[in-house]
Parts: sequence; C-alpha cells; structure tokens
Amino acid sequence: MTTSAKLRRGDCPDFPAEKTRLSPSAADFPAGKTGLSPSVPDGYDVERIRGEFPIFRRPIRSRPLVYLDNAATSQKPQAVIDAVSRFYTTDCANIHRGVHLLAERATEAYEQARAKVRRLLGARRADEIVFVRGATEAINLVADSFGRRFQPGDEIVISALEHHSNIVPWQMLAERTGAVLRVVPVDERGEFLADEYRRLLGAKTRLVAVAHVSNALGTVLPLEEIIALAHGHDAPVLVDGAQAAPHLPVDVAALDCDFYAFSGHKIYGPTGIGVLYGKAALLESMPPYQTGGGMIRSVAFEKTTFAPVPCRFEAGTPDIAGAIGLAAAVDFVEEIGLEAIARHESRLLDYATERLSAIAGVRLIGTASRKASILSFVLDGVHPHDVGTILDAEGIATRTGHHCAQPLMDRFGVPATTRASLGLYNTRDEIDALAAGLEKVSEVLR
Amino acid sequence: MTAELRDLYQEVILDHQKRPRNFRGMEGADRTARGHNPLCGDKVTVYLKLQDGALSDVSFEGVGCAICTAAASMMTNEVKGKPIGDVEKLFDAFHGFLTGEEGEDGQQELPGKLRVFEGVRRFPIRVKCATLPWHTLRAAVRGGEEPVTTE
Repeated sequence: MTTSAKLRRGDCPDFPAEKTRLSPSAADFPAGKTGLSPSVPDGYDVERIRGEFPIFRRPIRSRPLVYLDNAATSQKPQAVIDAVSRFYTTDCANIHRGVHLLAERATEAYEQARAKVRRLLGARRADEIVFVRGATEAINLVADSFGRRFQPGDEIVISALEHHSNIVPWQMLAERTGAVLRVVPVDERGEFLADEYRRLLGAKTRLVAVAHVSNALGTVLPLEEIIALAHGHDAPVLVDGAQAAPHLPVDVAALDCDFYAFSGHKIYGPTGIGVLYGKAALLESMPPYQTGGGMIRSVAFEKTTFAPVPCRFEAGTPDIAGAIGLAAAVDFVEEIGLEAIARHESRLLDYATERLSAIAGVRLIGTASRKASILSFVLDGVHPHDVGTILDAEGIATRTGHHCAQPLMDRFGVPATTRASLGLYNTRDEIDALAAGLEKVSEVLR
Repeated sequence: MTAELRDLYQEVILDHQKRPRNFRGMEGADRTARGHNPLCGDKVTVYLKLQDGALSDVSFEGVGCAICTAAASMMTNEVKGKPIGDVEKLFDAFHGFLTGEEGEDGQQELPGKLRVFEGVRRFPIRVKCATLPWHTLRAAVRGGEEPVTTE
C-alpha cells in the first residue's frame, strides 16, 4: 500500500520506512563520487566535492569565486538543484490530498524527506520532524506554541551568543506573558560561562534556548552540560542548530535536547525550508502555531479538531520542492560524512586562524577552545565594511556587520566584524587568498 | 587595485577618513541628531549651532567606514556657514547624485567637491554609508527626536 492511498483529506500520513531512494528525485547523486578516494591523502577530496557545485565554474568579478560566507547561506550542489528542478518537471502536485499518481509521488517524496532528516538528526521518530521555513520560524513556532503556557515571572534562559532570531522571539514572548529573559554572559574569548548559567537556572526556569554554534564567533556551546543542568530543573532545552547542522554530526537523541532547529539553505539545500525537531511528547502537548489546511482533523463551524503532529504544525501547502531539495542535500552531506566534513573544516579553521593571526593589525573576535567553521575578526583602523568591499573586489565573499548579534558586538566593544565562514568545499588556497586580500586592504586603507 | 576600487577610495576620501575635519563633540549645540546604520554598524552624531538663519558651526562624532567618515567630514566643510535652507537642497542633490535619481537641476546644484563620491555609485550597497551623515544632518536641521537610519 502506498503512503498516500491511506490518506484522507486533512489526515496525517504514516511515515514510510526509508525505502530505496525515490525515483527520480535525489537518486542520481553518483555513488562514490564524493566518497572516500584512495588517491587523496586522508580521503577528503575537496576538488571533487567542489566539482559538484556549478557556481564555482563561473568567475566572479573576472576571478574564481572564493566563497567564505557559508554562515549566511551555502552554495548548492547539482544534486540539490536537480532534485528541485525534477520535482517541478516531472512530479509536481500537492501533498496529502489528491488520489492521483502525481499527488502520491509528491507525498511520498515529501515524507521521504522527513525520514531523511530524522536520520540526519538521530531523532527516534519521523513525526518528531516538523518542516518550517527555516530556523527562525522553528524558534518562533516554539515561542508561540510552547510559550502559550508561560506565566508572569516564568524565566527563559538564553546566552549572550545568540542570533537575533533566538533573542527576539523570547523577548516578544516575555512581553506577552510577563515572563522574564535571563542571559548567560560570555567571557572575553567568547566562551559560554557555565557557572553563571548554573546560577541563572532555578525553579522558575521554563525553557533554555541556546545556539549549538555561535553564528558570529563560531563558539561551540557545551550542550551536554547545558542540557543536563536544565533537565535537573525540569526545563526543556531548545537548540538553535543553524550553524551546527551543516558542520558537525548532530544526534538529538544522544544530546537529549527537547527542540532542535536548523535551516535547509545553510546545509546546501534550498532556501525556504527548515526543520524543527521536537520530542514527540512535547510536540503533542503543544497547540497549533498557524492554522488552515493540512493541519486539521475535522472542521465544522462549531468546532475544529487538529491533526496529530507533525501535520498540526504544517498549515497550508508546505515548501514541497524545498523539502525534496533538502533531502538531496542530506544525501549529499551524508555521502561525504559529517565526521569527515567536521574534520576538514576544523583543519581549515586552524589554518585560517594561524594565517590571519600573523597579519599585522588583525584581531580575532572569538577565540573559544571549541569552535566550528567561523572566523570573526577586525582589522585595526579599518571598518569591516571597507574590508568587505575590498575583499569583494578580489572575488572573496565574506560577511561584514553585526551578524544579527548586536548584543554580542556590544560585548566585544566593536560595531561590527568581518566574518569568514567555511563550508565543506573550502580550501587552503582560498584561505591564502583571504590572507592576501587582507594584506591588500591594509595597503589601500591604512 | 581595480579601477572601481580606485574610484571608490579616492585620495581625497582617504585623506578625510584619516584626518576627518570637524570631528568633535560640541558644547552647547543648538541641534543634535544621531544616525545609525544597524546593518553595517556606522554610527554618526551631528551637532549644529545656528545663528541668523545659518549653520554657524557644524561638527560630528562617531564610528564608520571610510566612505561614511569621509562623507561626514566633507559634509561639515560644505555646509558650515550656509543658510539653513540650503541643507535640504544639498541633501537632495547629493542623494540624487548617488542614487541616480537626480534631474539636470540636481547635477548643477551639487558642489564639485562632493563629486568625489561618484565611485560610490558603482557600489549600491555603499550608498547608504555616504548618505547616513546627510540624513543625520537633515534630521538635526528638522529637529527630530528619533535617531535616523538609512536602512
């Protein structure tokens, strides 16, 4: 029996066990093409991986693109582009309704994507995976729905490392409910201060919401400790994994976090799709976020009953193509292996840290002992915006500004930084290009 | 360096960035306004003294990129001593010059010195760096309370 054959309108589908890859979406990523290659020392063949990304074949400002803005968004491999294009070319239909063949295929592909995300995150059940627009919407969903039970005086604990998207939803929630926001400070290296955190936790703590990896500094937060301590106070923990999921193996069951959010576009998938993982018991206890089609069990003018999770949280037609593209992206990173990606990026980060530290006037912002994929810095006497423009003229894409983390910039007494953020396709040559670009900045402006 | 970059970071601009003119706070200013570009972190405060319908003194403080700092520095030089009524006209001329929304009239009204910012036109996302001080000056003249932003 096919998945969709069991569906009634507005019902929630079962979650098919992962079968062979759906035909044709996401199926054509050539086996072994980015896998271990004996000809490459340590097996990580970055040139072959780069070859999967069509954007690197195009010059930018007449130069090869050096893309170091992966924390903002990542480039897309051909397999993802093809999966999205194939959906629209051959399989386009809405999900969870029509009885026709295309609707069946679309539904199956969409649910298959959910199953792949479940596997990526190590969640126990596919219905713990909710598709949303991105990490921002995931956090807003939790703030809106889970937050409805908050009372005046309840406390929400976040860290000073948070992106605005893990600050503002909680501020708004606090305004609505009279809850109070508590912020765990960081030290001058950008380390999460666990002792301060311990002091902020208490009987009134209703939720802890922290990043897995800081988007502005690259600090990896001590999640095991954070989660264990929060659970000691019966407080659930939401992890903003936007900067972690593309760079580190994540296992939500082992972490025992209660919610985990990430964005598809940062993990080489399309924009417009993201994921909220939530423990089944928690999700089931939460009221709907948005309402409309697809999330109801029955509607009458007197009363409406809602679908089970995760459909309850997926009102309206979701980003079906996005989910299918995300599934292709998950296949892509798993083919390479997140352990291997993490090792590659970690070596590259060490190399970049060493190269940039050797440049006169460069000051790294964020020097925590555990970091991933992100290098934030300032250059004495030069505003980051000028750094960014001059690097751009060299074909080097970085991000300059406050990285949606204004409180953190204030903490370090800088208005902004330049941020180089790495992805699985970056190379030592590109770090050398960055270093040479920074020397040029000094030449022009200092 | 590419020609575009050379046009953007002209010697005059770099000189004003390194040695900004009228870069100071002002005791007893008649008008003060703050401007902020939250996205890039430029922050400018403009101070004015008014006498007989003219800007008898103008100064600024803040942190900004080279373009923003130079624009503020050259702006204060340009408007000091001018009638208050000229500020709106100069604002329109400068803004129009950078955004390409100027008419023939606007071209003529822009003082030649400020044409050094022509290179900014090739970098649309930097236009707001150059115009932030002018937005702030205009706010000071108009006497608004809210900080201005070019976002």
